[in-house]
Amino acid sequence: MRIPILKLHNYLLVSIQIDLDDQTAIDFQEDLLSKIHKSGATGVVIDLTSVDIIDSFIAKVLGDVVSMSDLMGAKVVLTGIQPAVAMTLIDLGIHLQNVPTALDLEQGLIKLRQELEE
Amino acid sequence: MITKSSVQIRKEWDIVGARQMGRNLAKELGFGTVDQARITTAISELARNIYLYADKGKVAYEKIEDMNKKGLRIVASDQGPGIHDLSKVMEDGFSTSGGLGAGLPGVKRLMDCFDIVSEPGMGTTITTIKWVR
Repeated sequence: MRIPILKLHNYLLVSIQIDLDDQTAIDFQEDLLSKIHKSGATGVVIDLTSVDIIDSFIAKVLGDVVSMSDLMGAKVVLTGIQPAVAMTLIDLGIHLQNVPTALDLEQGLIKLRQELEE
Repeated sequence: MITKSSVQIRKEWDIVGARQMGRNLAKELGFGTVDQARITTAISELARNIYLYADKGKVAYEKIEDMNKKGLRIVASDQGPGIHDLSKVMEDGFSTSGGLGAGLPGVKRLMDCFDIVSEPGMGTTITTIKWVR
């Protein structure tokens, strides 16, 4: 299973709509980095509106992909984290402190534009 | 009344199967969305630990439906290497696998009851319960 990554001008848009297993998450990490490399995208929004659980492994993969993209010069914003997911992550002790987030896709794009000062 | 079911953990994909079964049972018992997420996440952590450290094992579910109390008991068991230092694995941030080390202390916070029995060379059994509020 591969997660589709869409290009919109110089941004990449991803909406995760499946129950993520570990391998799919790792494949996604690689796919996103190579797509950033190929497309020269400067910003990425990963929308998690349809994700109903994030465990410690998925959280690590998401946090890592933000840092990795950052190293390559692309800013990533995670959007649409559900209330139940946010509460569960904090219970787990995962704060994702250096990860930019926004309420929804629209706010995510605004945040990217601000960060990239376009 | 107690209803039992279980999922064998042998491959990575079984982690997804284990949490889907947990979510369905949690829904049937009438847990709210937040507690469903807590239970599903806890199962995911337990099933992954089995897969990572013991290779194979089992996640068993028991629906507890008493006169005045309803809940879900989850028992994750394996015959793997066991845990040498139980107090260490219950520390936040401790990991031998390069993970976040959030697993077991996290599961304890997500659930209402948490009990771990482990013997080096014999395996590990973790029992947790979440009560419907």
